[in-house]
Order: sequence, then C-alpha cells, then structure tokens
Amino acid sequence: MSTSKEQIAYQRKYIRERLFVLASQLIIVSIMLFSWEYASNSGHLNKFIFSCPSEIIKTIIQMINNGDLYKHLFTTLNEIFLSFSLGLVMAFALAIIMYLNKIFMKIIDPFLTILNSLPKVAIGPMLIIWFGANAKSIVIMGILINLIVSTLTIYDGFQKIDDVKIKLFKSFRASKWQLMTKLIIPGATNSIISALKLNISMTLIGVIMGEFLVSKSGIGYLIIYGTQVFNLNLVLAGIVILLIISFILYIVVIFIEKIINR
Amino acid sequence: MKNKILRINNLVKNYNTMRGEINAIKEISFDVNEGEFLVIVGSSGCGKSTLLSILSDLETLTEGNILKNDSLKIGYMLQEDALLPWLTIYENAILGLKIKKIDTQENIDEVIRLLKLYNLYDFKDKYPKNLSGGMKQRVALIRTLAIKPDLLLLDEPFSALDYQSRLAVSDDVYKIIKKEKKTVIMVTHDLAEAISMADRIIVLSKRPATIKKIYDIKLEHKGTPINNRKDGKFSKYYDMIWRDLDVNI
Ligand SMILES: Nc1ncnc2c1ncn2[C@@H]1O[C@H](COP(=O)(O)OP(=O)(O)OP(=O)(O)O)[C@@H](O)[C@H]1O
Ligand SMILES: [Mg+2]
Repeated sequence: MSTSKEQIAYQRKYIRERLFVLASQLIIVSIMLFSWEYASNSGHLNKFIFSCPSEIIKTIIQMINNGDLYKHLFTTLNEIFLSFSLGLVMAFALAIIMYLNKIFMKIIDPFLTILNSLPKVAIGPMLIIWFGANAKSIVIMGILINLIVSTLTIYDGFQKIDDVKIKLFKSFRASKWQLMTKLIIPGATNSIISALKLNISMTLIGVIMGEFLVSKSGIGYLIIYGTQVFNLNLVLAGIVILLIISFILYIVVIFIEKIINR
Repeated sequence: MKNKILRINNLVKNYNTMRGEINAIKEISFDVNEGEFLVIVGSSGCGKSTLLSILSDLETLTEGNILKNDSLKIGYMLQEDALLPWLTIYENAILGLKIKKIDTQENIDEVIRLLKLYNLYDFKDKYPKNLSGGMKQRVALIRTLAIKPDLLLLDEPFSALDYQSRLAVSDDVYKIIKKEKKTVIMVTHDLAEAISMADRIIVLSKRPATIKKIYDIKLEHKGTPINNRKDGKFSKYYDMIWRDLDVNI
C-alpha cells in the first residue's frame, strides 16, 4: 500500500505539533526551575523561606541515604493502599446493595447527599478521639473521604444500563446473579473506572490530611514537621515526593483503564 | 386445518401508577396459527409492546387468559438489537444459551451454522461496533433463534435502521424466518412493512387497544417483502388499513 503525499505531510505536521508542545512544556519548567535557583542563590529570594531546587534535591538524596525516605514513603503508600482498596470494595458492595434494593436506596439517599457535602476534615479530630492517634484513624479518614463519591459514581453507572438490555436478560429468564455479573457490572465498567480515578485522588487527599492531624511518620508528617521547625527544604521535598506519588498512581490507573478497555 | 399454537381470550391490561390506572389494552382476543407470519399494527403508544411483553411473561395480565402448550418456547426480539458491546459477535449470539444454561455442543453448532449461513461467521470474533446496523440486527435474530423458539415475537425490529437498510434487513430477516419455519408475531407501526411481510394483519385501535379489524393478506404473487411492495394488491390493502388506523395529522 502506498501512502499519499498528503498523508505523509499530515503525519509530519502532527508529529511536529506534538514535539513543539512537549518542548514548550520542558522549556517552561526549566525556566521556572532555573530562575528559582538563580533568584535564591543571588539573594533576590529569601532562601530560608523559599528554598531552591538544588536544596530540595539535596534533601531528598539525604533522605534516601539515611533511609528516612523509605520509612515515610512506606507509611504513606501503605495508608493509601489500605484506604483505596477498602474504600473501593465497600463502595462496590454498597452500590450493589443500593441497586438491588430500591427501598434501601430511597432510605439512605438523603443521608448520602448530606454526608457527601460535609467537608470530611471536620470529623478528623473526632476520629482521633475514637480510634486513637495512629494509622487506623488516617486510613478511616481516607476511606471516609472517598467512599460516598465512589459509591454514587458506581451506582450511577449501574443505573444507566439500558432498559432494553435488562428486558433482554429478563426474556432469557436470567437470575439476579446473572443479571449483575453478565450485564450490570460489566456494563458499568466506565463508571467503575471513573470511581477508581476519583477514589485515587480523594484517598491521597484524605491520607495526607490524616497525616497532618496525627501521624508520626509519612509524607504528610514530613511536611508538617518541616513547617514546625521552619525547614522549608523538607516541606518542599515532601511536596515533590507527593507529586511523584500522584503521578505514578495516575499512570497506574490509566494503565488499568487500558487493560480493561482493550 | 390450521394448527393453533396460541389463543388469547379477552385480554385486559391496566398499569397502576400514582397518577391513576392506565388502561393499555381494553379487550383483545385472537388466535395464532402455526407457521404464520402475523403482524399487529397500531399507532404509537397503543399497547403493542405491552401485548408482546405479556405474551413472553415479562408483564402480568390484568384480566383474561392465554392458552398455550406448556412446551411452547417463545423467543423475543426487542425493538433495538441490544447487543452487549463488550462481547464478541459469537459471544453475543450464544448469550441466551449461556443464560439459560443450555449451551450444549448441539446448540452451539446450530448457532455456528446460522452465523455461517447468514454471512456473519467471518465477523464472529469482532465486536458489535465493527458491524453495520443490519448485521447487528441479524446477530440479534440469531441470538433469539439460538434458543430454538417455536414462536418468535418481534417488536418493531427495524425501527432503529434507516429507510434503505430497513428494506434490505427486513427482506433478510423474513427469509431467515421462513427458512427456519418459525411462527411469528411482529408488531410495527409501519403499514407498508406490515403488508409486505404479513400473512395476516391485526389492526389495533388507539389506546386502550382493541382489535379493529383482521385482514388475511392475499397478494397476487407472494414473494419476499421487497417484491411484495410492488404487488398489484399492495396499495389496495394499504388504503384500506390506513383508513382503519384513522391517523390524525
Ligand atoms: N410500566 C408501565 N407503567 C405505566 N404505564 C405504562 C408502562 N408501560 C407502558 N405504559 C403505557 O401503556 C401504553 C402502551 O404502551 P406500549 O409501550 O405498549 O405502547 P406501544 O404501542 O408499544 O408504543 P410504541 O409504538 O411507542 O412502541 C402507553 O400509554 C404507555 O405510556
Ligand atoms: Mg413499543
């Protein structure tokens, strides 16, 4: 098969555009980092308050060398993993119960709406009193913040399944179990993935918030501790690590989405 | 003598809603003969889908009764193809067999035979989005035929298609049904489609549905639906039934 001149030109133009966008992004980031570095080294910026890229990198390398990084990273990732997976399982189960039991749904609907609009941080201090100043409270915080949104997103996906398809299953005398496993759940894949994405970012917020409130280790703890001792290098190192974590989690979710939607 | 496979006696259907009782079907009685292609026409909202849902036990009836042999197997083909986008064509075609847990080798072989016969076998590992509307409709028909129904219920099976494919697909579906020797009840509000396919037409009134008239369709040369549209008697039936339908524009 031969490719026409126009097609080649089109592809070239497309690739050029992509490269241009990528290059611009790299340039913007470099300019920002370099001017930040320059401004704090030349005294235009107060290094003590604003830190600078080289100091942040130094701090991170130091933490890698003395093993601190792994400890804090492990604490936070562990909390994220627990809140994420427990939250997702609970959301999934709740959504199924709500779907199968319309009366139950009607009863809890207003409670969900009210709870959903409540800023979950507000109950954080109370959680600490109930569950203690430990990782348990943080995980519960993470779950609380993602559970309702995830549940409603998944439920909404169930709800959107075409009536004609449900009628089709009924015409084959499908059992409730068959209806759920062969139609409702696979049909809601996109909503489940949306819930996954929401869940990941919400969990991250919940866990960091929890760590702000109680923890003795974790990335959130690093940031809070850094502010308390006025070590801005440490604070910004924590933020950079958080950025990296959320970027990796984002990539993982996109990867899962690719696999499911293949 | 024609064999009757189904008899509907004084069927009444009311829907109960908070806004009051809706009388969808007032009183309907008719028989279905074995091997016939029976078409029910009526204006939109008059209760056609309700009737088919009752026949296939998806809705209960309010009054009256339906006489049929317990062994009578009914296949229901819905208004849309309702193929599941995440299953392949083959998996869609055997969906009914899977759900009913009758996916025996014999039944699967039958589905494969049908897929081959109706030019879908090459697409068996493709997904619905790769097929044209007409092909999807044929897959939906094969999915219904797979459970070997004695009576096929078709609810406006072509309404989702554009005019041209509608003609071609109704021709295809008609040939498949005749070849597989099935008894059919099809509902539609497309009068030309009804006359081109039917052995018999039942005309329903507006809601609540009652039977206005029953026509035996006797064309000069009965052939496939597309050819039937050119039949000398086609327009005569069309005019008569059009008047019965009493369409207000
Ligand atoms: N589940 C239901 N509850 C209440 N009313 C209903 C229900 N299903 C149908 N109806 C009403 O019963 C009447 C007949 O509906 P039906 O779907 O049988 O009509 P139809 O002839 O198939 O219409 P269409 O040509 O639009 O497909 C309509 O007025 C409809 O609003
Ligand atoms: Mg209908």
